[in-house]
Amino acid sequence: MARASADRHKLLVTVVAWGVALAIFFPILWTVLTSFKTEAAAVAIPPQFLFFDWTTENYAEVWARTDYLHHFTNSVVISLGSSLMGLLVAIPAAWAMAFSPTRGTRGVLMWMLSTKMLPAVGVLVPIYLLCKRAGLLDTRTALVIVLMLSNLPIMVWMLFTYFKEIPRDILEAARMDGATLRYELLYILAPMALPGIASTLLLNVILAWNESFWTLNLTAASTGPLTAFIASFSAPEGLFYAKLSAASTLAIAPIVVLGWLSQKQLVRGLTFGAVK
Amino acid sequence: MASTHNGATARLMLSPAVVLLLVWMAVPLAMTLWYSLHDYQLLMPRGNEFVGLENYVYFLTDPAFFQSLANTLALVMGVLTITVAGGIGLALLLDRPMYGQGIVRVLVVSPFFVMPTVSALVWKNMFMNPVNGLFAWLAQVFGMRAIDWLAEVPLLSLTIIVAWGWLPFATLILLTALQSLDAEQQEAAKMDGANSFARFVHITLPHLARPIAVVILIQTIFLLSVFAEILVTTNGGPGNQSTNLAYLVYSQALLRFDVGSASAGGVVAVVLANILAIFLMRLVGKNLES
Amino acid sequence: MTLKRRLLALGAGLASVFATHAGAVTLTIATVNNGDMIRMQKLADDFTRQHSDIELRWVTLEENLLRQRVTIDVATQGGQYDVVTVGNYEVPIWAAHDWLVPLEDLGEDFARDDLLPAISDSLSYDGKLYAAPFYAESALTMYRTDLFDRAGLAMPESPTWEFIRTAAESITDRDNGIYGICLRGKAGWGENMAFVSTLAHSWGARWFDMQWQPQLQSQRWQAAVAFYVDLLRKYGPPGASTNGFNENLALFQAGKCGIWIDASVAASFVSDPRQSSVADNVAFALFPARGDLQNRGNWLWAWSFVIPAASANVEAAKTFVAWATGKSYTQLVAAESGWADAPPGTRQSLYASAEYQQAAPFADIVLRAIEAANTRHPSEQAVPYVGGNFVSIAPYQGIGTVVGQQISAAVAGQLSTQRALANAQYIAEREMTRARYRD
Repeated sequence: MARASADRHKLLVTVVAWGVALAIFFPILWTVLTSFKTEAAAVAIPPQFLFFDWTTENYAEVWARTDYLHHFTNSVVISLGSSLMGLLVAIPAAWAMAFSPTRGTRGVLMWMLSTKMLPAVGVLVPIYLLCKRAGLLDTRTALVIVLMLSNLPIMVWMLFTYFKEIPRDILEAARMDGATLRYELLYILAPMALPGIASTLLLNVILAWNESFWTLNLTAASTGPLTAFIASFSAPEGLFYAKLSAASTLAIAPIVVLGWLSQKQLVRGLTFGAVK
Repeated sequence: MASTHNGATARLMLSPAVVLLLVWMAVPLAMTLWYSLHDYQLLMPRGNEFVGLENYVYFLTDPAFFQSLANTLALVMGVLTITVAGGIGLALLLDRPMYGQGIVRVLVVSPFFVMPTVSALVWKNMFMNPVNGLFAWLAQVFGMRAIDWLAEVPLLSLTIIVAWGWLPFATLILLTALQSLDAEQQEAAKMDGANSFARFVHITLPHLARPIAVVILIQTIFLLSVFAEILVTTNGGPGNQSTNLAYLVYSQALLRFDVGSASAGGVVAVVLANILAIFLMRLVGKNLES
Repeated sequence: MTLKRRLLALGAGLASVFATHAGAVTLTIATVNNGDMIRMQKLADDFTRQHSDIELRWVTLEENLLRQRVTIDVATQGGQYDVVTVGNYEVPIWAAHDWLVPLEDLGEDFARDDLLPAISDSLSYDGKLYAAPFYAESALTMYRTDLFDRAGLAMPESPTWEFIRTAAESITDRDNGIYGICLRGKAGWGENMAFVSTLAHSWGARWFDMQWQPQLQSQRWQAAVAFYVDLLRKYGPPGASTNGFNENLALFQAGKCGIWIDASVAASFVSDPRQSSVADNVAFALFPARGDLQNRGNWLWAWSFVIPAASANVEAAKTFVAWATGKSYTQLVAAESGWADAPPGTRQSLYASAEYQQAAPFADIVLRAIEAANTRHPSEQAVPYVGGNFVSIAPYQGIGTVVGQQISAAVAGQLSTQRALANAQYIAEREMTRARYRD
């Protein structure tokens, strides 16, 4: 009796959850579907959901008009580069804050976060002029540095909250047993810290991939990432829904797929100290 | 621990990040302060003379200034309300046993990975467009007048678009927190005869206070500078109805090419952000103290 | 010699070695994502075949974004771009600051004398040509003959605003998704203000009096804007306040508009059966005037290439500009995709060509509109500026943007016309004071 009711309950939850999930996902699904329609079918009323003449002409057009791989490569280099460089600086900082906190630690952390609240556009001209003077306009280097710096506060915060949860007694115990520093780092700390580092890396790759202020304003032809790619499709003449959808799909597909595959890893460190 | 990492080592480890951020903050800020006191207009180069506080007066008396402040707050509050409330609901739902939980979760998380420019373009053209959009079609099906979303309710439309992108973030954090909730405590309360609503109010919600604080803090940081979504959809209009502070500064810097007043606006934004930061830290920080 | 100097010298030496040995120059070209520009990118193989030592890199952007990026770059001498696409608004202003390379020697194929005088005049400063026009436009009235026939209406070749209003009213059929008139409503100095400014000029209004005092609350402005708002709110499509050129083009091509008054470059898009569902039923008339004034507002816009003074590849850039705007390019387009697709509005020879006349039924009226555009006297009243669909002074971008937002709010029904223009006047006065045009 109870068993059957539990099953019914599970079924009900399943139906509701799937409904809600599909509703939330729908804009993405709709974009992908539209990318396979002709322009006329894309604006047809009533909308055509699955039964339309599937075509790949939009992809062919987008592919012919722009150098997708070039933009894609730039996106990969910039997001991965800025995230890795950020880790290099953020790990020691977060480590120090977590394991040797002082009275000022919280203040420093909050100050770091507050730097992220400034509207980037307010400092665009200064940064532009600095880049120009350093000969860094339209270089990946400039974007890697700028994105690294703008995401650094989030990285430090995320790592700090993760490191803080690492139990200290384990370390003490290992040290009692005469473990060397090397051993301590490699076999005790690293395994415990790695999930946090991995998810920090993932989150920042996502943030950097989707960043669309600096990537648009500091680049020209050679280093524009996928945000620049999509900007060239935003409002061309005439009917453009299908082409826009194809370009959108191409721009978001890599990161969405990465997000799907790494969702579990991402979640593990994404608590920002929220879970005790 | 203090034995291995004495204060000096810790400072040494911390310093690269602090120094970098200080430079990243200080150099552009110093330049911004400098420009904000000078007459610097890209399209009207006039020798960049010192003009005192003229740029500040000009920026602060812009008819759009106070509205942009109100809009900034409304947008932040609106998105926070939707994402926190929706996040709690979704987290509670996803926490229950169901078929295909993995896929459901993947679907719910997906919007977080979508570029803000892309999501704004998709919402604007394919959903909110009053002629070709899906919402217009739905309204028609139900015999209602199609709403011109971006013209009639621009701020609400933006709130929806932005909230769609941040809902997964809130959901993920809240769900993780929920899963760490002590099952025994729940069972005990059940035994005591507490109904599910009472259990939610007295056990679940207090447990979620901390993750909610975190969600509010992190999202506020990003929501204060929402920009791409506005640029792509409403351009701050109609009138100034969807202009937030970041967009106002943008319109000075990149539509009027007035670096002086944009810099003054940048400095104003910095001051406001810091006031808000202090306020937020007070409010939320307490919840984060371990 | 300091170390820095030595390094610099070494760098320069290396650069020259590379330049002479590899011989390849890479040009960075910033263009707007309009149909004609995209076609040019596709045809650029022709250029690289002829000039194997020049490599092309494109930055294709939506108009506003393009303007922001190139303006910052050019004004700060950033040197990121070798060729930049701008309009005749920017050219005289930028040229006055010495930000541009004069284009006096583009060669025989460019044939400067072949350019329409109105166009080359609008791209010159101090008697020198600073930009090469790629395509140019005035404004036209485009309408659906089938809908006009059904309503028993006949569009005169030179319509009046009064007639447009009557026609829009009788064509509108909301239940079937047919809207009498489509006009730009999306805020922006290059969007709704291009139209509104032309309309206001045709109404005898002016932006500034001879002392640069803004005139936005004058009776003529009030009347013109009230007419526009009323027309669009009553007979326009839903969402008109967010429709720009592109959105209206899509609406017209999908058969939802009876009349569309906009840039003449749209003529070839709406009559191309490959992209327009109403291609067979489109006809054209001049931009409307008021019955008592016969002033058609004087819209003139030319998308043109300029070479920033900070470019390191001026000679190669000139070679490219001469190719893209020369007479042979027209021939190339005609051969590749037909005469109707030839970039319009810049050359006398194009309009003299029998093939073009035959392929483009709108050729004559476009030429008439362009030749009639008098940007030195856009309004019936005396003005201190050059313009028509814009005002050729630096602070106009800022003013046009904000005034555009106000008028867009009026179209959306959020503000009354009076309120919107009062706000606009206040802002315009502020901006003009700030720009030191007035005290």
